[in-house]
Amino acid sequence: MERIEQANAEAVRRMLAADPVLIDVVPAGEAIPALGDKTILHAGPPIDWARMCGPMRGAVTGIACFEGWAPDLETAAARAADGAFALHPNHHFDAVGPMTGMTTRSQPVMVVENRAFGNRAYCTINEGLGKVMRFGGNDAEVLERLRWLRDDFGPALGAALRDAGGLALKPLVARGLTMGDEMHQRNVACSALTLRALAPALARSAQDREALVRALAFIGANDQFFLNIAMAMGKAMMDPVRGIEGSSVVTAMSRNGTDFGIRVSGTGDTWFTAPVEMPEGLYFPGFSAADANPDMGDSTIVETIGLGGFAMGAAPAVAGFVGAGAGSAAGDFTRTMAEIAVSENPEWSIPALDYLGVPTGIDIRLVVETGLAPTINTGIAHKEPGIGQVGAGVVRAPLACFKAALLALAETLGVS
Amino acid sequence: MTETVNDTLLDAPLKVINLGLESFAEDLARSGVEVVHLEWTPPAGGDPKLADLLSKLGP
Repeated sequence: MERIEQANAEAVRRMLAADPVLIDVVPAGEAIPALGDKTILHAGPPIDWARMCGPMRGAVTGIACFEGWAPDLETAAARAADGAFALHPNHHFDAVGPMTGMTTRSQPVMVVENRAFGNRAYCTINEGLGKVMRFGGNDAEVLERLRWLRDDFGPALGAALRDAGGLALKPLVARGLTMGDEMHQRNVACSALTLRALAPALARSAQDREALVRALAFIGANDQFFLNIAMAMGKAMMDPVRGIEGSSVVTAMSRNGTDFGIRVSGTGDTWFTAPVEMPEGLYFPGFSAADANPDMGDSTIVETIGLGGFAMGAAPAVAGFVGAGAGSAAGDFTRTMAEIAVSENPEWSIPALDYLGVPTGIDIRLVVETGLAPTINTGIAHKEPGIGQVGAGVVRAPLACFKAALLALAETLGVS
Repeated sequence: MTETVNDTLLDAPLKVINLGLESFAEDLARSGVEVVHLEWTPPAGGDPKLADLLSKLGP
């Protein structure tokens, strides 16, 4: 239908025209004035406490303690069950968050500005690996790290970014793709490039030498440091694509551990949801599929812009890490995802695939017609609260979301 | 007498393109027949309502 083709061409034009720049780190309450007292933003489409999975509940109780809204985890859980906290999706507040995706007013958020369109998007700082809040961790060690991020590292990183005049993300991601990253489960190159770019400014902004050493070591020891930056970038790129009449391009994919949700440009901000699926992957020593929580997190915004599972061909090493098969077959994932995309991104190309651009603009019509569900590379959380990450794998977006969205889009176009 | 397709089909070694159940291709391969399995499913997984909508909406 010509109307849809034109709308999708505009959607892709806006995606490719995006100019995302990491410009600052500020308290979430400052970046998002609507983020009030006892308000907790979570990953995925809307969900209430009663339907939240274990790690999501663990993170809600942990962040409530961190903010001083409860003296301990048990009290926090009781208050959450009583409705004492306002629970909303990050996506409703220009934000995204990995896994459980906790965002509250005093946490520092990284600010990505899309300079082509003037909008901003936010994401908290990646906490590192192991027992962390995004995987449902909530003990004293987890909360102490969050305090350090809030009081020391976040302000230092913000000052460094202001000093450096921001960090342009499009060229950085382009380079990362040539260095083996896909920006979801492999961020080794982009994290290192970020550290290299910001180290001088961090040295200037650090309070003292020990603070600088800790900041540099924190980034250097975290291969996934760039993930949260990539996510804020993805949100900043996709928000201008929302609300194009007739467009069948997906503007967000997200999961809360219970439901998977998508938003489509031509149907505005409506969520189309279905039960999340269980990732298939590899587990850390001592854990198995029996420990795993179903799919979770806003990080699928990375796939929405053509990275992650869509850019698997750039990252053969990650295919082994997530249990997706041989490295030599990594390109098959990217080629398959190209079948459900409107176009490719010539600025984000993959050398091993003869410089094929990453698939850009997921078209719900193509998903429904082919039955090819978007491939997502993801971390796997333990199903019980307080434990953390137990593995990494690959999961598919549920086709039911795309079928429901297609029916709704047809209705907006008067087609039945 | 003109050679027909059926004559060549029976005289020449079989080369098969299989659509549908992959086990058919696997059985042929086990029997030494050259076979290519084509991954194909009906549009929208065979859902007539969605297939009808797709025919109107493109792509």
